[in-house]
Amino acid sequence: MTLGGWIIMLVSTLSVSTLFSWCIWKVLTTEGEEEKMHGFEIDTPDKK
Amino acid sequence: MTSHAPKESWNSRLGIILAVAGSAVGLGNFLRFPGQAAQYGGGAFMIAYFVALIIIGLPICWAEWAIGRKGGQAGFNSSPGILGFVTGQKRFRYLGVIGVVIPVVIYMYYVYIEAWCLGYAVNFARGSMNFEAVKDASAFWQGFIGIAENGSALGFGWTRVGGFLVIVFTLNFFLIYRGLSKGIELFCKYAMPTLLVLAVIILIRVLTLGAPVAEHPENSVYNGLGFMWNPNKAVLHELVADEAGGSEKWIPLADGEMVGPRMIKAAEERAAADPKLELRILTMWSQLANPQLWLAAAGQIFFSLSVGFGVIITYSSYLKKKDDVVLSGLAATSTNEFCEVTLGGLTTLPAGYAFLGVAGVAGMGTFGLGFNVLPMVFSEMPGGQFFGFAFFFLLFLAAVTSSLSMLQPGIAFLEEALNINRKQSVAFLGFLTAAGCAFVVYFSADVKALDTIDFWVTNLLMVVLATVQIIVFGWVIGIDRGFEIAHRGAAIRIPSIFKFIMKWLSPAFLIIIFGAWVYNGVLGFSFTGGERSYSAYIKDLFIEPNAVAWYSVGLIALTTGLIVLLTACGNFEKTSSKESSK
Repeated sequence: MTLGGWIIMLVSTLSVSTLFSWCIWKVLTTEGEEEKMHGFEIDTPDKK
Repeated sequence: MTSHAPKESWNSRLGIILAVAGSAVGLGNFLRFPGQAAQYGGGAFMIAYFVALIIIGLPICWAEWAIGRKGGQAGFNSSPGILGFVTGQKRFRYLGVIGVVIPVVIYMYYVYIEAWCLGYAVNFARGSMNFEAVKDASAFWQGFIGIAENGSALGFGWTRVGGFLVIVFTLNFFLIYRGLSKGIELFCKYAMPTLLVLAVIILIRVLTLGAPVAEHPENSVYNGLGFMWNPNKAVLHELVADEAGGSEKWIPLADGEMVGPRMIKAAEERAAADPKLELRILTMWSQLANPQLWLAAAGQIFFSLSVGFGVIITYSSYLKKKDDVVLSGLAATSTNEFCEVTLGGLTTLPAGYAFLGVAGVAGMGTFGLGFNVLPMVFSEMPGGQFFGFAFFFLLFLAAVTSSLSMLQPGIAFLEEALNINRKQSVAFLGFLTAAGCAFVVYFSADVKALDTIDFWVTNLLMVVLATVQIIVFGWVIGIDRGFEIAHRGAAIRIPSIFKFIMKWLSPAFLIIIFGAWVYNGVLGFSFTGGERSYSAYIKDLFIEPNAVAWYSVGLIALTTGLIVLLTACGNFEKTSSKESSK
């Protein structure tokens, strides 16, 4: 593996990994995020 | 349209992000991407890949999220309904038909591949996947999917695809019937983290393999990473007679790429001893001058992100008016990119290279790498039974989260157009896709039906739909208004430079890609000025007509005709037209 290969591999993988980590952190820490616990019942408009 | 029924919705932002990311993460991340990157220059491919991500991937993604949520506020969840509403023009409904045709038709063959993944995972778990050579793994695969002759895939048992196909088909429709949040969302919230954990476990295993074959110390993970990522390539070329022109020309050997000083030195010695051999260095810049590389990179972004697919527009239509779409779109995209570049890029090809070298992995397509090379690699690897199971179970989970997303646009369309409930729409779509899937499975010889459908849908329809969507966002709605819609409730801002990109660069890039594909892929002209050569897909239709290829195109046309008919007869008028201008 050449120096160029190392640079491209590290820049590519680290940049997408950092972006991924930041996005997940941002999503989980943004206010207003509500989540309801799911049951296992069916939830289509049909039965309502 | 069930206008009085309570509207389905996502239960959490993380839920829809995982669902959209699950839609995008699939076999393409772990099998297609590494193969494409290595074939088209490694590091050079990555530059074109990231340019395509910025110019078409993210822009179309954000446009789809924004358009979908806007249409959803008026009660539309199908691509025809949404595009007709946001543009205020009925004719756009018919362009929106493509957003239903693509996922429905792709599902017909994708579920078949999904069954392969489950079958391989189960067979690894049973300990019955022990191969001595790639040809043994290839023979197993050919028998498993019935590649020898039409109709031979229709078998049951551990080593036949039939039983696994019934299981995955039923699982998909069971989850779709359960509803958006308690079917798709619930499954993705468990499947995606499981998939990531499995992928990281396999990544650690691969990166610690070293040089597992003692007789071939040059076949190492280190050199495998070089094969995948090096921007400059040392390739052994052979001087061959040009039959057409009578002259001689240098062509690269199929397994001629040399990685690492030991291989390069050996190649130089071979070239010195044989005047018909020459070791040439292909620089990153010379590879970037190849239009084929840009086509491949842009194509990979399309396949990978599920943009221009008709899925995101439907998924985001279930969002609420003030739900964020900018951060959600970026998060789903980054999840896909992490799976593809980091996990896929460091795992599959280096693993194959470490055991089989260049000759084992060079030029292998998606199926060759995934279902011939890797099973052989796992057979040889210490702990291979577990890692083989883990890898194919990972692919299976990735495939299910993708196939679920292919069904929801069809479900939403049928419920909207025919005013039917979930049971009826599931039954209708189940029958339609089962018929299409039966066609693909029956015509299994050389995977001709699957291959033909995949070529025309992904290369033609996806690019057309993506172009329509970005033009609707940037020109019909207007870029300023589009940005205003996208930023409602947004947790982050889209950088202003994307106004220029989304209005000018993205449509231009897409049109150029489409033109280049027609020029090269359809009309057979060479970018390098060589002889005109039609692709196998064109030959199958017009040069040496193949009945199965024509049936396959006919299946796409029939499905399109049915959806156009339903769109023409459907009820898409439930919202006042003035809503569209709000």
